[in-house]
Amino acid sequence: MAVVDIKQRVGYLFLAVMVGHVILISAQVNSKSGVPMLEAVTFGIFSEVQRGTSSGVSVFRRVWNRYVGLRAVETENNRLKAELSETQVQLQQQKAMADRAKGLEQLLGLRDRSGLNTTASQIIAGSASPDFRTLTIDKGSVDGLRTDMAVIAPSGVVGRVVVPTVRAAKVQLLVDHNAAAGALIERTRAQGVVIGSGENRLRLDYVSESSDVAVGDLVVTSGIDGIYPKGFTIGYIDVVEKNGTAYKHISVRPAVDFSRLEDVLVVLTPTPLHQATQGGE
Amino acid sequence: MKAAGVIVALALALTIQTTLAKFVRGPVSVDLVLVAVVYVALTSGPVTGLLSGTLAGVIQDSLAAQVIGIGGLAKSLVGFVTGIIGTQFIVSQPLPRFVVFFVASVAHQAIIIGLGVLLDLRTWGRPYAPALVQAAVNALVGVLTLQLVELLPGAVERRKMAKTRLRR
Repeated sequence: MAVVDIKQRVGYLFLAVMVGHVILISAQVNSKSGVPMLEAVTFGIFSEVQRGTSSGVSVFRRVWNRYVGLRAVETENNRLKAELSETQVQLQQQKAMADRAKGLEQLLGLRDRSGLNTTASQIIAGSASPDFRTLTIDKGSVDGLRTDMAVIAPSGVVGRVVVPTVRAAKVQLLVDHNAAAGALIERTRAQGVVIGSGENRLRLDYVSESSDVAVGDLVVTSGIDGIYPKGFTIGYIDVVEKNGTAYKHISVRPAVDFSRLEDVLVVLTPTPLHQATQGGE
Repeated sequence: MKAAGVIVALALALTIQTTLAKFVRGPVSVDLVLVAVVYVALTSGPVTGLLSGTLAGVIQDSLAAQVIGIGGLAKSLVGFVTGIIGTQFIVSQPLPRFVVFFVASVAHQAIIIGLGVLLDLRTWGRPYAPALVQAAVNALVGVLTLQLVELLPGAVERRKMAKTRLRR
C-alpha cells in the first residue's frame, strides 16, 4: 500500500513539475497572435470554464424558469392579463372619447355651415321594435323640440322628431317604412320623393320620365315637404330600373350610417309646416 | 545521494560547463549539466532525477538567456525517465551506461528541438549529426565520470592503506 502511495506521489510530483515548466515557458513565449502564451492558454482554458459555467447556469436557469419557477410565471401572467384588460378598456375609452370628439366637431361644423338654429343631441336609445326604425334622443320639449323637426347629422339627413317628451324625443329615421321626404337629384335637379323601405335603403319615387337619373347621383332634400331644410344630403342612387320610358325603380343608399349614429342636430328653425301648424293652433 | 551532494554535483557541472564554454568552440560540444542530471538520476532514482533536472535546467536556461523552462522541462523529463530506468534495470556496466547516457542526450535534444519548433522559437536546419555527436560525447563523459567516481573511494582507501604500511 505504501509503495502504491509513493508511486502515486511520484506521479503527482512529475505531473506538477511538468505543468510548472509548461506554465513557465508559456509565460515567456508569445503566441502567433502576439499574446503571451500563458495568457492565451490561461484565457483559453478559463474561457472554456466560463463557457461551461455559463452553459450550466443557463441550463439551470432554463430549467428553473420553465419548470420550477412556473408559479411566479403564473402570477406574472395573471398580473399581465389584468393589466392588458385594463389597458384595453382604457384604450377603448380613449378611442370612444376621440370618436365622440370627432363627431361633435363635425356636428359643430355642420351647425355653422347650415346657418340654422339647431341643438345638439345625444342618442340615448334605439328602436324598441325591429319593424320601426326609430331612435331616442336626450333633448325634449323643454329644449324647444317639437314634432316634425328635422334631425340631421354631418353626413346627411337622419329623420324627424315624432314624439317629443319633456326631456327626450323619439326620432323617426328616414329609412323607416312610414317616413318620406321631398328630394331632388342634385345633378339634374329632377324632383321626387324618397320613401323609407324599413331597411337600410330608400326608394325614390315620382321622378319624371324625362328626368336624367344615373347611378351615383347625389340626392338631397328639396324642402317641399316643409320638414327638412333644402339641400341636405339624403344619399346616392345605386340602382336605376326603367320600364319603357318610365322609371320602375330607383334605389337610394342613405348617406348616413344609422347604426353608427351617436350625436345629431335637431333643427329648431321653424319650417313652413311647423309655422303652419303653429298658426293653425 | 544526499541533497547537498546533488547540489554540489550540479554546481560543479555548471561551473565547468560555463568555464569550458569560453574555450571550447566548434562542432563538438558537451552538456555537462545533462551528464550530471543523468548521473544523479541513475544513482538516486526518478524523484531526485526529476528535481535535479528541474533545478539544473532552470538555472542553465536562465544563464543561457533563452526561454526559461525549456531546458528545465527537457532535463526534468530525462532525469525522471532515467531514474526509472536506473531503478528498473541493472546499469552498472560501462556499455549500458553509455547507452543510457546516449539515449538520454538524444531525448534531451529531441525535446528541446521539438519545443523550439512547436513554439516557433528558432529554425533548425539538420540537427541530427550535431545532436548525435553531442550525445556520444555526453555518453562518453558520463561513463568516464561514473567510472571515476566509483573508483575514487577505492583509490583513496588503497592510498591510505599504502601510507599506513609504509609508516610501519
